[in-house]
Amino acid sequence: MFEASLNMDLFLFAILPYLSMSIFFLMTIHRYRAQSFTYSSLSSQFLENKAHFWGTVPFHYGILVILAGHVLGFLIPRHLLAWNSRPLRLYVLEVSALIFGLLSLIGLVNIIIRRVTRSKVRINTTPSDWILYGMLVIQLASGVYIAVFYGWGSSWFAASASPYIWSLIKFSPDIGYVVAMPAAVKLHIVSAYMIIAFFPFTRLVHILVTPNPYLWRKPQVVRWNSNRAPRRIR
Amino acid sequence: MDVRSQIGMMFHLDKCIGCHTCSIACKNIWTDRRGTEYMWWNNVETKPGTGYPTQWEDQEKYRGGWEKDGNDLYLKSTSKKQIVPNIFHNPAQPSMDDYYEPWTYDYQNLFTAPEGNDQPTARPISMVTGEYMDIEAGPNWDDDLGGSPIYARNDPNLKSLTPEQRLQLFSVEQLVLYYFPRICNHCLNPACVASCPSGALYKRGEDGIVLVDQKRCRAWRSCVSACPYKKVYFNWFTGKSEKCILCFPRVETGQAPACFHSCVGRIRYLGVLLYDASRIEEVARADEKDLIEAQRSLILDPNDPRVIDAALAGGVHPSVIESAQQSPIYKFVVDWKIALPPHIEYRTLPMLFYVPPLSPVIATRKDDRLNSVSDDFFHDIESSRVPLKFLSGLFGAGHDGKLRYALKKQKAVRWYRRAVTVGDVDMETAEKILQQADCTKEEAEEIYRLTAMCSFEDRFVIPPANREEAIEMLKEPFEHKQSAGFGFLSGPRRGL
Repeated sequence: MFEASLNMDLFLFAILPYLSMSIFFLMTIHRYRAQSFTYSSLSSQFLENKAHFWGTVPFHYGILVILAGHVLGFLIPRHLLAWNSRPLRLYVLEVSALIFGLLSLIGLVNIIIRRVTRSKVRINTTPSDWILYGMLVIQLASGVYIAVFYGWGSSWFAASASPYIWSLIKFSPDIGYVVAMPAAVKLHIVSAYMIIAFFPFTRLVHILVTPNPYLWRKPQVVRWNSNRAPRRIR
Repeated sequence: MDVRSQIGMMFHLDKCIGCHTCSIACKNIWTDRRGTEYMWWNNVETKPGTGYPTQWEDQEKYRGGWEKDGNDLYLKSTSKKQIVPNIFHNPAQPSMDDYYEPWTYDYQNLFTAPEGNDQPTARPISMVTGEYMDIEAGPNWDDDLGGSPIYARNDPNLKSLTPEQRLQLFSVEQLVLYYFPRICNHCLNPACVASCPSGALYKRGEDGIVLVDQKRCRAWRSCVSACPYKKVYFNWFTGKSEKCILCFPRVETGQAPACFHSCVGRIRYLGVLLYDASRIEEVARADEKDLIEAQRSLILDPNDPRVIDAALAGGVHPSVIESAQQSPIYKFVVDWKIALPPHIEYRTLPMLFYVPPLSPVIATRKDDRLNSVSDDFFHDIESSRVPLKFLSGLFGAGHDGKLRYALKKQKAVRWYRRAVTVGDVDMETAEKILQQADCTKEEAEEIYRLTAMCSFEDRFVIPPANREEAIEMLKEPFEHKQSAGFGFLSGPRRGL
């Protein structure tokens, strides 16, 4: 019995992450090269313009802040722990994390309600969209649950999850950090790996093509058929 | 000077009969796919009217185009600092409700309905959801003033008119309309291109056609909001923006675009214009009242040796310069000054020009007889059935100087031709009118020829695409032939 659960943990926390990341890299690159036409955010704002706002805006802003928090906890755990050493600063961090988590969860629920109730949008929703929504609900709901019932996550994430992820990156997975975690946390981690594995097959690929050159390019774009450089004379 | 070539276009509104053949030609070729059913890259509107999408000219609502603040030129709702925070939900983006929900009919029911007491009907079915629907609006809902005055009164151009002028426009015996066919203007300062976060929209260097790179479009949708003419459409099925491509596969092989080719009234003209690309920004910043003149000054004389030298140095092919010298658009826009850009105040510098419509000859009723004689030859332009103020909202950014000039000259050409062919006006009077309209006999004759007697070749002077030379620039042609054979873009090869 004990052995079986250890094998399970080994699979979920030491093998699955590599499996998901392999699928993620291979498939996103393959899809970009073979099917670059399909890299789109597939916006549905055109079909419905009002409920759209109450779903997509809170969801995106919430998830951006939460993801940034996770990345910070992983990159600079020491600084985070130092910040949390004063109770007031810890409370501020915890409460704002919960607020943004709830924001993204509420946004996601609104997105799903809109998808179900507006016939124009519903007809334009694919099976991969529905699966993705299911996965995101699990991910966000478990995240909010952890934030509420297993407090001070910003500290214990920095102390235990960060070294675990580093161990994965160094290709010497140390699952000792996670096997003792409560079930909700394990669910949150496994669900994240599932989303990473499913990522290349969904509309999530739009994250990889967010517009960056736009911020510093010239307003007008001209493409020449030949490589003859247009010259100016005064 | 940075001389580039641009395919210019001109629509002669006095000749448009509003038959929609252009729209159908375009629809059949380009927009009968899923997700594009609602798109009309070419559409014909009735003016006064609200157009498609409804009230597209109301930039308080749609917030498209450029705006000038002091000497700063910025996009009204799609500048970088507005797009970045609004990328998840664009507040200025129109939705399908602003266009219409496309539909077909349940024709099968006419055959399969069970026997009953009533005739079976073909109920409308949404082409988006496949469900039965009630039709509430269509792309041409106010065609031929249908539903007026309810619809036509919402025309944004009527804002500048006095209540009397509006009453005059809609009183039954004075009722007047004209048609306004629209395609993408392939602007020199396109707002759609400038707004695209992905850099998917671009202007082709050789001919100025504005296109959306379908592989780079990521559905951020800012082009849809940015275009003040609402000529970029969102394909809700593929999640990509699409727009008029000026039938470039046809143009590259020397054929006129489908809407031009099929035009029954022969109102459409196409030809190359040479322009100075280094002055675009300066011109787009010009004062509103000077915009039309500034845009004209951007267009260069293709017969000027200095322009030819600069064009050759800038890589414009000699055959394109030759084509520019024959361009009917240059004549209408620069030589004769009777074609005007639509809504130049949006500052995108449209390259589609319109010859404004002369409204029907106005007549006053006198003792049960119609009387149109007046001392002032141009009297009927001033008190025209379509108030000058209404036309100048569309073709003069609210300033009617250039518009009056164009209408006067058209009027003078009519009087002159009447003196020549009908003879009820004596030549002396006709010459006097010509003189007042800043027109010579020769010019009048030329305008008449190109307006009324024009052949296919006169209307469409299509520049050679010189694609074969493009390959030469990239690769030795014989080497290319030996490695790929003709007709392959990337050569066949063995293995990966």
